[in-house]
Order: sequence, then structure tokens, then C-alpha cells
Amino acid sequence: MSLLKAENIHKRYGKEEVLKGVSLELERGETMVVIGPSGTGKSTFLRCINQLTPPDKGRVWLDGVEVTHPKCNINRLRAQMGFVFQDFNLFSHLNTLRNVSIGLTKVKGIRKEDARKLAMKELERVGLDDKIDAYPAQLSGGQQQRVSIARALAMEPKLILFDEPTSALDPELIGEVLEVMIKLAKDGMTMLVVTHEMGFARAVADEIVFMEHGVIVEQGNPQQMFSAPKHPRTGEFLNKITELYGETE
Amino acid sequence: MLLRATLINIELLFALLFLGLLLGTVVALLQVYGGRFAGTLAAGYAWVFRSIPALVLLFLFYFGPSQFGVNIPPFIAATLALGIRSSAYQSQIFRGAIQAIPQGQMMAARSMGMSRLQGIITIIIPQALRLSLAGWSNEFSSVVKDTTLAYVVGLNEVLRHARIIMDRHYELAMLAYLAVAVIFFVLTYSGNRSLGWLEGRLRIPGLQMKGGTQNK
Ligand SMILES: Nc1ncnc2c1ncn2[C@@H]1O[C@H](COP(=O)(O)OP(=O)(O)OP(=O)(O)O)[C@@H](O)[C@H]1O
Ligand SMILES: [Mg+2]
Repeated sequence: MSLLKAENIHKRYGKEEVLKGVSLELERGETMVVIGPSGTGKSTFLRCINQLTPPDKGRVWLDGVEVTHPKCNINRLRAQMGFVFQDFNLFSHLNTLRNVSIGLTKVKGIRKEDARKLAMKELERVGLDDKIDAYPAQLSGGQQQRVSIARALAMEPKLILFDEPTSALDPELIGEVLEVMIKLAKDGMTMLVVTHEMGFARAVADEIVFMEHGVIVEQGNPQQMFSAPKHPRTGEFLNKITELYGETE
Repeated sequence: MLLRATLINIELLFALLFLGLLLGTVVALLQVYGGRFAGTLAAGYAWVFRSIPALVLLFLFYFGPSQFGVNIPPFIAATLALGIRSSAYQSQIFRGAIQAIPQGQMMAARSMGMSRLQGIITIIIPQALRLSLAGWSNEFSSVVKDTTLAYVVGLNEVLRHARIIMDRHYELAMLAYLAVAVIFFVLTYSGNRSLGWLEGRLRIPGLQMKGGTQNK
């Protein structure tokens, strides 16, 4: 059984149908990279998975439990899915340590001292254990994103969803975030990542999904997608982003 | 004598600010998160109580109930009238602050499994309270002065005492009112200084917030 399964997801904003039936499956430990032009519905799709934006139609399962079921405990299920935002969204009134531990105390009901220890462990993992007292506004973008990854990790999620985690960053800060993500992928975390960092995709993606106009045009393993895409649009798009973004790693 | 009477103004001030803060927070939260029905109701409340003159409210709260045989002590009537009025203003300060918080804050809270209420309590309110402090200094300055209005319902506050002094010794009238002026200057000044101090204490390191916009 796959860890994540999305089936025929539809979402409409006003007249515009943003998602026109997107389905995919993700195995435990797998890293899947989603690419596609702007406005294609990639972010909407991620938000449909954790129900921040409930889809109009279609179903989602996490580890066999239906997330789209009207009677499911969505808060409990969300706690099992990390979400890393493009613009970090760290809690601006909390310091680094509290940002990472607040989910543990408020959502998981873990005691403060224990939460603190767990949070420290995750901050070490992203290399920021020396910044525990800093507030988000005192950190660089790259550091903020690493804290937000630690915040997701601390919940011990089954899966982490990343929505363009490096595209709000100055080029010189992208590397430190990708490095953390690559390490995570190698450690066996299940990840669904919207990104145009093809260096990352080549390094750790098990599968690349190309989305356009609300549908999945093509998906396959990186080698096949880069060297022999079946769909001409896939090749065009891959060339374009490799040109635009280079291959930072 | 005037200073003793000032204590009543200060008591009224704290009572009405507290009531205003409590009600104002609830009204603001309902207006932002309450959905259509409660939101409209809250907006209506804020609108109505901001458009009625303070004096009219005082009369309504004091003389209104007595028409039905319920006699309310002047202090309670004044607290209710001015507190409710202040809550209408405070709700708008607070609502502005809530709306100035980037939506991503709530999204991040929900995406880690917090309920909406948890997100409001642990993430939104602490940030909104900080953002509100500047607006509250304003509201504070204006309600400090409003407490003198309570003399129309017979509260023994400072202005009423100045009036009594004038009635007895007309030659002291100027002096009495000057003293009242000084008292209010000192109250407003020290209140604003304390709020400024609080604002500094609670400032989030590194964060620049100005008029509700946030710079990264
Ligand atoms: N809350 C919303 N209300 C209305 N329209 C929306 C909303 N969110 C997204 N859209 C629209 O849905 C479409 C898909 O947006 P989405 O953000 O999912 O695209 P994307 O593939 O993530 O693009 P990008 O690469 O620019 O992030 C866009 O046309 C956008 O304008
Ligand atoms: Mg997007």
C-alpha cells in the first residue's frame, strides 16, 4: 500500500478549473519532485492533499486513512503531514526553539521539557542549534527555511510536502536548504517537493512529475525524464528551467 | 479633595478599559472569524456604539433602566456606557491588527495540526495584541478624558468636585479647573509612557511592523 494516494483531484476557483483530475501515489521513503509552469496548480494540489484547500472532487489517503473523509479527524492527520512553505511562515512572535516545539506541546501534548529536547534534536539536524534564541526576523531566509523544516520534522510526520522551498531565497542561500533536504531524502523521509531545482531532482528524486494546466502531463524517473521525455512539452519545459535555474546543488 | 476624586476617575478608567478590552477582543474575533452571521452582528455592534455620543450613552444607561424601576449606581452605569463604547473602538483597533497578520501564520498553524481555535489563541492573539498597542495608546488618551463625562450621571469624579469648588468659592474656579487640567495631563502622559514602555518590552526582536505592514 502506498503511503500517499491522491485520486482524481479537482479544484475550481470561480470559472477557472485549476486542477482537472490529478492522481498520484507515493511510496514510503520515496521523494517525488513536481515541476510545471507558474499557475498550473502545483501549490493548489499540495494544499488539497493536506486539506488546507479542500478539493471539490477526488479523494486522498494517507497511509490508508482517508484524509478527504468528512468524518476524519483532519487535525490529527495534518499533524502527520509536514508542510514547508515557500515563504517559511515561521511564527514571528516565537523564537527558533519555540517555533519548533510549539506543535509538540500544543498539538501532541508533549511536556515542555521533553518538547524542548526533541526540538533541539531537530535543530541540530538542520544545523541551527546555535540559534535557538533568535527570532525569525533575526535569521536569514535560508536559516528561516531550515527552521521551518525542523518544525515540520519535530512532529515526526509520515510525509513532508514542500512548496517551492527555495524560490524565495537569494541564490547564495539556496544551497544550505537543499543540502538539508537532500540529507532528509537520503535518510528515508517521504517527500513530495514542488521545485525547479533540477540539481536536487537529479540527486534524490525517485520520480519527477510534470504538471501543466491542472493535469499531470508526464511522470517518470529522472533519467528517463531528462534523457527521453515522451511528451514534447516535458522536454521543452525541462530545458527552459535548466537554463533559468541552472543546476545549483 | 480633587486628588481623592481623581481616584474615582482612575477606577472608572480601569473598569471601562477592562470591559472594553474584553468585549472588544470578542467582537473583533467574531468579526474576523465568526462567519457571516456573527461577523455582521459584530460589525453592527461596533458601528452602532461608535456613532452614539458618549453623553447620550451615559444618559441611556443611567436613566434608561430607572424608567423600568431598576436603579443602577452611577459608577456601574458609567462603566457600562463608556466601556461598551470603548469596546467598539477597541474592537476596530484589534480587528485591524488581526488582519495585518499575514495569512501564512494561520496556514502554518493549521498545517501542523492545530485547530482554528488553537491557532487563534496561540498564534494570532499574541501577535495581534502587540500590534494593537500603538492604537491602544490613542484609545487610552481619549477614554481618560471621557471619564469626566460621568459627572452628568452624578458620579463624584474630579470634574464634579471642581464644579462644587466653584459653586462655593467662585474666586477659586480658575484654579480648580487648572488643577483638573494638570491632573489629566499627568494621567495621559504617564499612561502613554507606560504603554510605550510595554510596547518596547514586548517588541519582537528584529521585527519591523509599521501600520500593519510587515517588512522582511
Ligand atoms: N485562493 C485562490 N483564489 C482564487 N484563485 C486562486 C487561489 N489560489 C490559486 N488560485 C489560482 O489558481 C491557479 C493555480 O495556482 P497555484 O498557486 O496552484 O499555481 P502554481 O502551479 O503553484 O504556480 P506557481 O509556480 O506560480 O506557484 C492560478 O491561476 C491562481 O491564480
Ligand atoms: Mg505555487
